[in-house]
Amino acid sequence: MRSRPTGSVVVTGVSRFLGAHVAARLAADGRIGRVVGLDPHAPPPEFAHLLDGVEQVRGDAGSASTVIADLEAEAVVHLALATAPDPQNGGRAAMKEQNVIGTMHLLAACQKAPRLRKLVMRSSTAAYGASFRDPAVFTEDTEPREVPRGGFARDILDIEGYVRGFRRRRTDVTATVLRFTPFIGSGTDTMLTRYFARPVVPTVLGRDPRLQFLHIDDAIEIVHRAVLDDHPGTFNVAGAGVLSLSQAIRRAGRIPVPVIEPGLSAASNLVRNLGRSGYGLDQVDLFVHGRVVDTTKLVQEFDYTPRTTADAFDDFVAGHRGGAVLRREQLALAERAILDGIRQARATVQEKP
Amino acid sequence: MTDDQGRADRPPRKTTHKAVRRTPAQKTNGTSRTGLPAGGFTVDPPIANGSGPSSHQHNGHKPSSGPLPPAVADEPGDVWDDRVAKGLAFLRRRLAGDYEVDEFGFDAELTDKVFLPLLRLLYRDWFRTEVFGVENLPVDGPALVVGNHSGTVALDAVMLATALNDRTPNHRHLRLLGADLVFRMPIVSELARKSGGTVACNPDAERLLRGGELVGVFPEGFKGVGKQYAQRYKLQRFGRGGFVSAALRTGTPIVPAAIVGAEEIYPMLADIKPLARLLGIPYFPVTPTFPWLGPLGLLPLPSKWLIEFSPPIPTAHLTDQADDPLVVFNLADQVRETIQQTLHTLLERRPDPFGR
Repeated sequence: MRSRPTGSVVVTGVSRFLGAHVAARLAADGRIGRVVGLDPHAPPPEFAHLLDGVEQVRGDAGSASTVIADLEAEAVVHLALATAPDPQNGGRAAMKEQNVIGTMHLLAACQKAPRLRKLVMRSSTAAYGASFRDPAVFTEDTEPREVPRGGFARDILDIEGYVRGFRRRRTDVTATVLRFTPFIGSGTDTMLTRYFARPVVPTVLGRDPRLQFLHIDDAIEIVHRAVLDDHPGTFNVAGAGVLSLSQAIRRAGRIPVPVIEPGLSAASNLVRNLGRSGYGLDQVDLFVHGRVVDTTKLVQEFDYTPRTTADAFDDFVAGHRGGAVLRREQLALAERAILDGIRQARATVQEKP
Repeated sequence: MTDDQGRADRPPRKTTHKAVRRTPAQKTNGTSRTGLPAGGFTVDPPIANGSGPSSHQHNGHKPSSGPLPPAVADEPGDVWDDRVAKGLAFLRRRLAGDYEVDEFGFDAELTDKVFLPLLRLLYRDWFRTEVFGVENLPVDGPALVVGNHSGTVALDAVMLATALNDRTPNHRHLRLLGADLVFRMPIVSELARKSGGTVACNPDAERLLRGGELVGVFPEGFKGVGKQYAQRYKLQRFGRGGFVSAALRTGTPIVPAAIVGAEEIYPMLADIKPLARLLGIPYFPVTPTFPWLGPLGLLPLPSKWLIEFSPPIPTAHLTDQADDPLVVFNLADQVRETIQQTLHTLLERRPDPFGR
């Protein structure tokens, strides 16, 4: 459903890849009046040029109420979520502060904004938790079976709970919750792209999870559409299809190294305690259980089909050819060499009487 | 019964005159065979089965069971060249990740090329499985195949899947629904997913059925697999009948499947409950060979297997009554009775559990 042009839009998290690109897309769209980026950090130089048309306000979510009130914002796009603790910036405590307390502040500000018509929230498919009794494919109405042990997944459950409360109190605001699968693309730098970019990739022994990815350009497109049009509700946003982890590693030409699961959990704890950015329990759970979602509702409501998981992953692989250990061409060459070897051997045998 | 050329290459085991007369023609087919050892055996119509075991025929079929490879591959474009090339191409595709996995994790290529050929050895040569009533399965389109569960280790599920793949004209795959214990275990869980299994829950069952798949379910669960030998071929309780509501909601027919033979593979004489509790498994079996013979005790006893699919029970007219417990329980009872009765008739046809 098309809605009238939007006045001013507040985008949080513009110092990150997704936030910066979404803000730039919205600013370039003539149907939108002002675009204000709210972020406590300055954008790194690689995104700074994107934000030329975006008014930037330095401030955390606590200052959101003044910004939203001053601007008389009509739409708020909340993208400032930390998916993993950043040890340089306070670790897990700061991550929870940003995700949970930040969202609470933002929603409190939204609740008091009289002109607000639209709220677009970034969420994650981590909302489905991780359990051995889970169905293979999650639809939007699947409830998590147990509280997940990963920090990010717990934050997501809290955040979605606050949005439910907000929806009850402000029925006049169109709230769109987008549950994204992990982003991937040739130019993005996320935990997962760093993981697949290594030559040797740790996996959980005896587990080959089913994974789904979303191309970052499709994520930007979906957020853009959610701001322009009215799409109330919660949506899974993922590329159709599935790659198993082993398959993804092979397609990327990397070498998997299976590690036993308790070992990986312990290692992730150790790495975190040492103050290095590593894999959290969220990643361990994803690599044990995998996660596949149904996107029928998204495709119907948004009339947009994100590129498939395999295509999105291919785009990433194309951008990271350098680190590949075992390339497709090498495999094809090896196959040819063996077949030629057999042919030659037989020719020699036949020559003998 | 359709015996296609690929699998009609060995003399039948039955001692009917009809079968014996067919033998020479089948042997000529054997020479033109090109594929890998086809997973087949000759199954005569069910009527022929009562003739009983006889040992001289058994020896007769062994030499022709697979064409021996030539010592030297000497013709260009011969069978072994082709096989090596295909094998290498398969290996390359696997190593490059060039294959498809569906949303449940089912890897059709790996199942067809690796799992099923291995399982066929068990199915055909070890258990000498005979299958009846394949015509009761839909050629395409969904059905819920409900079987009796037994055998301490759930080999009956994979044998049912193998039988179905082997006997259906378009080699369909049975998508098994497994207990969550299966998916808790590393390695086992991935083998289950890659071969087409998923967790037994209504959302998955309904999703598979809506996708037109054949779904296999064993409503007895651990009560069936873990029962002792004295209880053999006595169907256990069918739980809440969740499988029936899945079929009702999607309007898919239910095909009862009776499996005879699995009870004897690991005859469970006792269950060491404290040990089972310690290990977190539903039972700890003691069989005549396990744990006494160590790993050798893991070898299933070579019982004779018979699998019969009964006529489908339609549910399309009951789709709006999926939540009515009475309808669900009645239908579950009907399925249970059908399987129990088919088990009895199959057992009469097989007087000796370890006969041919």
